[in-house]
Amino acid sequence: MSTLLNIDAVSIQLSGDLIVDRLSLSLEPGDIGCLLGPSGCGKTTLLRAIAGFIPVSGGKIELHGTTVSSSQMQIPTEHREVGMMFQDFSLFPHLTVADNIRFGINRLPKKQQEERVKELLIRIGLNGYQNRYPHELSGGQQQRIALARALAPKPKLMLLDEPFSSLDAELREVLAHDVRRLLKEEGITALLVTHDQQEAFAMADKSGVMYSGQLLQWETPYALYHQPTHQLVADFIGRGVLLNGEIREHQLHCAFGVIEHSQLHNKPDMSVNFLVRPDDVLINNDSSMQAIVVGCGFRGSHYLYTLELADTSHVLAVGPSHQPLKTGEQIGIDIDFDHLVVFDSSLCELPD
Amino acid sequence: MNRGTLLLFAVAVLIGLPLIVVALSLLNPQWDTLQHLWQTVIPEYIGHSVILLFAVGTGVTLLGVSTAWCISQYDFPGWRWLSWALLLPLAMPAYITAYTYTSLLDYAGPVQGVIRDIFSVNIGEYWFPQIRSLNGAIFVLCIVLYPYVYLITRSAFMQQSTTAFESAKTLGASSLRSFWKVALPLARPAIATGVTLALMETLADYGTMEYFGVTVFTTGIFRTWYGIGDAQGALQLSALLLVFVIILIMVERYSRRRARFYQQRSATKPPQRRPLSGWRAALASLVCWLPVVLGFVIPATQLLLWSVQKSEIWQQSEFWMLTFNTLWLGLLAALITVTLALWLAYGRRRHPTRPLRAAISLAGMGYAIPGIVIAVGLLSPLAWLDNQIIAISEWVFDFNPGLLFSGTVIALLFAYSVRFLSVSLQTVNSGLEQITPQMDDTARTLGASGKRILWRVHLPLLRSPLLAALILVLVDVMKELPATLVLRPFDFNTLAVRAFEMASDERLADAGPPALMIVAVGLIPVIMLSRALRSKTLKAGE
Repeated sequence: MSTLLNIDAVSIQLSGDLIVDRLSLSLEPGDIGCLLGPSGCGKTTLLRAIAGFIPVSGGKIELHGTTVSSSQMQIPTEHREVGMMFQDFSLFPHLTVADNIRFGINRLPKKQQEERVKELLIRIGLNGYQNRYPHELSGGQQQRIALARALAPKPKLMLLDEPFSSLDAELREVLAHDVRRLLKEEGITALLVTHDQQEAFAMADKSGVMYSGQLLQWETPYALYHQPTHQLVADFIGRGVLLNGEIREHQLHCAFGVIEHSQLHNKPDMSVNFLVRPDDVLINNDSSMQAIVVGCGFRGSHYLYTLELADTSHVLAVGPSHQPLKTGEQIGIDIDFDHLVVFDSSLCELPD
Repeated sequence: MNRGTLLLFAVAVLIGLPLIVVALSLLNPQWDTLQHLWQTVIPEYIGHSVILLFAVGTGVTLLGVSTAWCISQYDFPGWRWLSWALLLPLAMPAYITAYTYTSLLDYAGPVQGVIRDIFSVNIGEYWFPQIRSLNGAIFVLCIVLYPYVYLITRSAFMQQSTTAFESAKTLGASSLRSFWKVALPLARPAIATGVTLALMETLADYGTMEYFGVTVFTTGIFRTWYGIGDAQGALQLSALLLVFVIILIMVERYSRRRARFYQQRSATKPPQRRPLSGWRAALASLVCWLPVVLGFVIPATQLLLWSVQKSEIWQQSEFWMLTFNTLWLGLLAALITVTLALWLAYGRRRHPTRPLRAAISLAGMGYAIPGIVIAVGLLSPLAWLDNQIIAISEWVFDFNPGLLFSGTVIALLFAYSVRFLSVSLQTVNSGLEQITPQMDDTARTLGASGKRILWRVHLPLLRSPLLAALILVLVDVMKELPATLVLRPFDFNTLAVRAFEMASDERLADAGPPALMIVAVGLIPVIMLSRALRSKTLKAGE
């Protein structure tokens, strides 16, 4: 199958500032991609360029093999067959739910319009709401109507700009799954922008972290979490700390002692930073390696502890919800690296 | 800048023309004119203006804030009804209220008549306040202008979260202390805005001052222009009046400088009304009834009585011609200003460049500028233009076309556009703000063309603001007096001018029908406003 969305070395300038810097990524048909990143990293700008609201200053954007944006030309938004959902939903306040959904399929015969509206409303569980007005709906309902409206014309590509950020946390998770199911059922490729990694994990087949206009990694969420190729990705995704260590003869010397790992077989001697996730640290009182509990946060199903090692560096660990450890308590820990992620600490990690 | 923007810019500057002319006259002071004015009239004008500003400012604050507090906080018999009845005086032009009170309180009026009958005294044997005086003007302006303060302060009180007031009470402050220390300071920027609006109207008032014989800048400008025929003097006086207005605007800006800190989060609950009973309920009712009765019920009743007394006027075709004339003029002015406002608002939305924004702000200043100042600032350049046209036409065609601009309805429409553009600009802008850029973007991703977006999204959403703008300008034009008096073509009359002329001729009863007509049309926007407020209150969960 051919690539549906192909972004090739795209640069975007806005009033003289380089917002997106030679960024490339692609999505296969039916895939859901997700761009993560702190605010101001350029992810929304990229999304708006794909929709055709802003021009690119370099590189090109292809949809279904057709170039839609390059520094020379730009196909207008209304001819791109790209659906978009905004943070504020932007439902038209003067139109009913049915008229909102019908807005983009006004060229179809009336009967087909009705059928499509009904089909979508059933799918989002809001059949019977046809004649309501947006202000009569709750936030979650508005969000689903906005999705239905964007889906109605069967766009090639669906763009979602922080689609859940105005909803409360609980609703967010439910909706993220609903939206993923809907997109998959309709077979629509989608690109989502968010700063919330839970959303990304729940929705995406492929995701990446953007930082000052560059895409640092483009991978499955699993790989992004367990095998970050960039310190900033490691830092941004999930909880964890970076500790200092030294690789000597394919062994890692660090606060945990000496660690052997298949990852180290091809590494030369150097000083490194390595990633320690809470799930790499196991509390085991029979272990000889000692640590002191210095912080403790109740998370409902578990406790998240901050532990101090012998060399005073801190790591995070997860403990069961039922037998809380006390601050100041001395405990034993085991280290089990499923994935060992090391970064050369002599490299400057910030993108230029 | 492309051609469209350039044209937009030119129109915005043209609207600001009278303001520029008057301001420029300050740069070119005629020292002997000024000296003469300083030695004769200016100290008196300044004195009267300062007294008016302080007294009216205090009066409208007391009336506006006390009524706003009662209506927003308490549940007492009739509060629902009063909450919109308090807006009714907005339909009353100050000069018309002044006529009615003169008729009631003058020597020959019913009040003094009753006093004479009861105490069997004759004129001159008892003391009674003279209504046609500076104090009378203060009274009239207070009861007519307080709704500005009431309206804005009321919404400020309603938006204040209960938590601010209630946390003050949990900290041990009494209701009174909570009001002084929390509610009032939080509402201060709103109060300042309302008072400033009222004071601008005070400075711009011509009809009341002229009728009551209070010498202020507006009457002075008129007299200098017509009585003495001194255009330079009138311009210089206008410039001085403009200085007052600018100081007022600056004070308002200063008092609002921290307004954004007072912005409440939108999710807060509206205040829970506290029920009142006994003498407290009676007091709240009295506080709210008093301004309604003084500002609307009494003057409106007087107008009705006059209209019945002079019922033959209602059968005169000349009166209906006059009414038709006024409506036609108002509607034309409304269409022009709303079209201009729409064009400027879209221009700014599309190209929000700095020079364009500045030009549009200049064009939107008109409402702060007294009508008489606009008239004077407009007449000089238009007269100059007319004379140029006459000179050229006589030279080329040997034909005198007459005063094409300054002597025709064009000058009048121009002045109305200058004065009332900001009214429609604000209304149109607030409508446009509801249409977020994301809505345009969404429509485009759904395949809609620019034309379809305009017809399906923008126009339906702008329909009611546009209608509101049309009606507001129509009513303002109907009420407008000084600019119309100065700029109207020979023998051209409006209802306001007719009422003014009748009153000046001491034929107050004859002023009744035209005045009643103005008030009746003026009630339309008041009713619209109160309905809009009510639906807002309903949405806030009451």
